[in-house]
Order: sequence, then structure tokens, then C-alpha cells
Amino acid sequence: MKYEVNNRGYYGKFGGAFIPEMLYPNVKELEKNYLKIMESDSFKTEFLSLLKNYVGRPSPLYYTKRLSDKYNINLYLKREDLNHTGSHKINNTIGQILMARHLGKKRIIAETGAGQHGVATATVCAREGLDCIVFMGATDVARQMPNVEKMQMLGATVIPVESGNKTLKDATNEAIRDWINHPKETHYIIGSVVGPHPYPDMVARFQSIISEEIRKQLQEQTGSPLPDTVIACVGGGSNAAGAFYHYLNEKTVKLVAVEADGLGLETGETAATMAAGSPGIIHGSMTMLMQTDDGQIVEPYSISAGLDYPGIGPLHAHLFDSKRANFIRATDTEAIEAAFELTRMEGIIPALESAHALAALKKLNFKKGETVVLNVSGRGDKDMEAYRKHIKSETKKEKQVDTHAEKETHDIFRASYSVPENTMQQRADEINGLYVP
Amino acid sequence: MNRINKLFETKKDNILSIYFTAGHPAPETASTIIELLQDNGVDMIEIGIPFSDPLADGPVIQQSSQQALADGMSLKKLLHELKTIRKNVQIPLLLMGYFNTIMHFGVESFCKQANAVGIDGVILPDLPLEVYKEQYKDMFKQYNIIPVFLITPSTPDERIRETEALSEGFIYMVSTSSTTGAKQGFSNENMSYFKRINDMNLKVPVITGFGISNKTTFEQACEYSAGAIIGSAFVKDISGEWELENKIEEFIAKLK
Repeated sequence: MKYEVNNRGYYGKFGGAFIPEMLYPNVKELEKNYLKIMESDSFKTEFLSLLKNYVGRPSPLYYTKRLSDKYNINLYLKREDLNHTGSHKINNTIGQILMARHLGKKRIIAETGAGQHGVATATVCAREGLDCIVFMGATDVARQMPNVEKMQMLGATVIPVESGNKTLKDATNEAIRDWINHPKETHYIIGSVVGPHPYPDMVARFQSIISEEIRKQLQEQTGSPLPDTVIACVGGGSNAAGAFYHYLNEKTVKLVAVEADGLGLETGETAATMAAGSPGIIHGSMTMLMQTDDGQIVEPYSISAGLDYPGIGPLHAHLFDSKRANFIRATDTEAIEAAFELTRMEGIIPALESAHALAALKKLNFKKGETVVLNVSGRGDKDMEAYRKHIKSETKKEKQVDTHAEKETHDIFRASYSVPENTMQQRADEINGLYVP
Repeated sequence: MNRINKLFETKKDNILSIYFTAGHPAPETASTIIELLQDNGVDMIEIGIPFSDPLADGPVIQQSSQQALADGMSLKKLLHELKTIRKNVQIPLLLMGYFNTIMHFGVESFCKQANAVGIDGVILPDLPLEVYKEQYKDMFKQYNIIPVFLITPSTPDERIRETEALSEGFIYMVSTSSTTGAKQGFSNENMSYFKRINDMNLKVPVITGFGISNKTTFEQACEYSAGAIIGSAFVKDISGEWELENKIEEFIAKLK
């Protein structure tokens, strides 16, 4: 089985470039040039130097003493939370801003959900002196003010998106529309391993620094570059793509992707695309996505704004289809509890996204003493409000946190959406029916 | 013979084509709108299948789609509504939408049912030429559904030729690099692009779309192509209060 993108832009049955003809020249230009640029010595030297001196890489690989004891494993955390701007997102934006410069682009656009990718993009634009326009759903603008203010301080223009459901999916649509309207001078810095080919591959390559470092660091600390298991959370899937990348062809290494399950699959209030979705096209890519019987894309739900995406990168759809990775789910509550466990046992406050990966520790059957690497994709500063609520409920001895009230939904399809019954078989049939390009 | 080919055989210029979103301005208005458009002398109609995430569309068509979906429109419902459309309507009818809707419906059942109600062609802006050629060409042919592909000001000549080779009805020439919606007229640059395409002497007729909203832009577009498509301007015009009959009559009259 091959896990790299093929020369037509597909991972198995997934990927491709399902874009309106208006975008064809832009995407083609990028496709023709991205590898040549990325593999040039001047690009590599500058990229690696910025990752070291600006981002602060390599990020540490930290052996957890107490958590390892608790789960009877050897647990290492990859500390992407310690990067400049607070998450793995900066690895990609550094790469793409250099790409934009090599392509001669003067204007940068990006989409953002919680604002992490928006801040990472505004940051590299400030450094490069380029105009930066960030599309952000109006609902997200209202609930993520600190990140909006950061982007503005960095000199970016934040455009609240009023179309559709006013969240990440719609912000992405609006960024793509902007690109259609400004094709020549603009580079679109997409924030995850999603979108038309070559974006999923380009972003995965920029993020692959994560597993490149893990291999070296694990070799130094354990004498082998190979863990038994790698765990990462998946929304669009960029941090997981980075953490898995250099292990995709290492058959002994188990890959675990953790999706956000919101209030639980059976409630329909979920963002677990692999469990609740079916094959289709979103943002220019053939992948798995959450949709109604009529093929309308559904707004997902998760407490974590970074995992709250109705699709998933085509690489992950392929890892699922080929059974290379194991996809599991963690609910809002499980994620919050896992965040507190890490905080109180190791003194690290993780982002809500990473907390979903941590929740997997309770769900997996590990061999005693196996080596596990878990990617802590970001830090929890932005999530203090959700965590504060949990502290309050702890003191009040309330059992459940009412996480759902956090997010108002504007989704007109939600009412008609329920996770299909017999979903496993139906999904398998639909995937089997897909064409292999 | 497919009605699209028949139209282009009998009429070579000033072909007026209108786009509207099915389910807009209100549920179950599609058939009425189609009949009124035909009665007012429109040559061809594109029926928009509403989609939650219409990437190539500007605000007007986005909003019409959202309203239609909120009112319960679906591809299944639309095909049902169109069942008796061929009783009174003879002009070519095309469905326009996004590929996810069709794919999720099942491409073959879509072609079959579209053909059964009398649809002549489809415009799917995000179905790549290559994917069509490899996977769906024979299927569309079997059900006599003509696919219409888009070219834009930045489509390279070589790709225009590939598009030409796969086109059986007409080529949809997108006037400017933009999403759908009205523009403030066409510039010299637009006009020279229209002329450049005209000078390529493509084997199928070319129809201009995007940015055409009134008599002036319609005439400009027709100067170097067989006709033009008006979408957003029409959708906007029939929004809100009903009175479809008067509104449509006035809208079309102003173009002539």
C-alpha cells in the first residue's frame, strides 16, 4: 500500500482537485512548482533556519514519568505547544509564506476557525511584510476575540464571514471565493491538509518536520527511532499528518487518529467525520465528510474549534480506507478530563484539540511498557474559558459540564441530520464504490 | 436530436439564457418560472440545484440557495417537480450545480432521472474535465445529457482545445475572473478576451456568462459569442415578493 500522493494528486481513492475552472490556473501553478521550490537548497536552508531560530524548533520530546506509570507505558509527548504562536500551525505558515514569495505573490489570504491558523498566518505575513486578509466566520469572530485582536495587532485584516453558518467551513468557502476573484497576485495559505491537490501534500510535507524530529529524538532517548504507537488528534488533520508522516511506511508503528465526538455520535452533535460521514467533495477534495441525504454539508459540533470541521484531509480518508491508521473518538467531556489529567500530573495545559488525543490513553489497550508518542499540537491558553467552567463544576460537584451551550448553531441542516444507522456497512459500501484514479 | 443542439442549429446569435435557483423565491416555483421564461422568449434555461457550499457563486446566488434549502428544496424534490415540465416547455433545459450533490445522489441515477424529465444538459463547475472524461463521459452520453464546461480569461489555449474536444453542446465562457454576480460593464480587456476566443473558431458555439445583468452587457457579450447567460441579476430581480409573472415579463422586455 502506498501512502504518498500519486502523480495525479490522489491518495488511493481520495484527493484530486474538484475546483471550479476559475481556480484551475492558480492551483496548476502551485502544483507545477511546489516540489521544485520546496526541494531547492535556498528554500530548505531558509525554512529550516526559520523553524530553528524563529519558531524555536526542534520542539522537545518529553518523557512523562507519572502518566507513563499510570498507563504502564512509556509515554513521550511531542511538544508542539511550545512553538511560537502556540501550536504546530506555524510550521505550515512559515513554509507557505516562503512558497508565496518564490511564486511572486504579494497578497496573502487565509481561513481560520478558532483563530490559531489566522494568528500563525498574520505572524508570518508581518515578518515578510505582505498584506494579510483572514476570513473568519462571524460566529467565531464573536467567540474568539483575543485571537482576532492578535491578528489585528499583527497588521492583518480580519473579515467576518456572514455566509452559510458563519464558521470555519464558510470561512474556507469565502477564502476560496476571494482567490477566484483575485487570482493573479494572491496566495491562499490553507491551514490544514485539506483543499485541492497539491495543498494536502504540501501542508503534510511542511508539517512532517514533527515526525522527522520525533525519529531523531526517540533514537537519542530510547535507542530506536520507532515507537509502538503514535497518537494525534484529527480535525482537518495537519498535526496528525505531520506526526504520522515519517512512520507511514513503518509497518510496526501503530497510528491512532482521534476525532472529536462532541456530545457523542448517537446524538448527531459530533465532528467525528470517519464515523458520521460518507464520501464526497468538500473544498475541492474527494474525501469523507458529514452530509445530509441530499448531499448538503452539515455543520459539525465539537467543543474544540480546531476540530470542528465537517471534512477531513484526503490522506486520512485513505489511511482509514486502507486501515493503516486506527480512527477513534473522544467526546467533549473525555477531552476536558484528559486535559486536566495532563495538567495535574505533568504540569502542561494542552489545547482542547490536543486534549482529544490525550483522551485516547484511556481508550487504547496498550502492551505493558510499550513506547507511545503523543503529539501535543497546541497549548491551552486559548481554552481557559472552557477549562474554567470545568473547575467551577468540580467545586460544585456537578458531574457533567454543559459544553454544548458554548456554541450556537446556525445550521439549517442540523434539524434534518442524524448519523445514519447501519453506518459502518453503508459507509464501507460507498467507499468501495469509489473510482480509483 | 438534443434540444441544445437543435437550438444552436436554428439560432446563431443573441441567444438569451437565464439561470435561476430552484426553490427561490419560494418553494414549488420552478415550473412556473420556466414556463414564464419560455413564454417571454427566453431561448434556454439553467436550473440551479441549491448547494450548501457554492464555491463559485457570489452573494446573490448563495442567498437564494440558502433560502431554497431552508425551505426544503433538494435534488430529489426538484426532479419530482420537473416531472411534467415537458408538457408545455420545448426550449432546452439544463441543470447547474455542484458535483457533491450529484455524486451523493448517484451519478447514474441522476443522469437517468434527469433524462426522464427532459433535461438536456448539465453544468457542474467543480467537476474537473479529466474526471468527466475518465469516469462519466459514456454515462452522460448514454442518457443524452450534454455536459457544458467553463473556460475563463486565464484558461490556456491548450486547455480550451481540450474543453472543445469534450464539448457537444456549447462552451460556457466565464467573462471575468470572479464568482457569479453583476459587474459594472465590460472593459476593453474583457472585450479583447471575448474576441480572442471568437477568433479561435471553436467547433461548438460559445455562450458568455458571469457579469451580465442588462441590455448593455448582454449586447457586449453577444458581440463575440452566440449568446449570454444572465443569473444573479435575474435571481435578485425575482427575490422577495412574488408577482413572478409581471417581474419576469418586465425583466426580459428590458433586455430586448
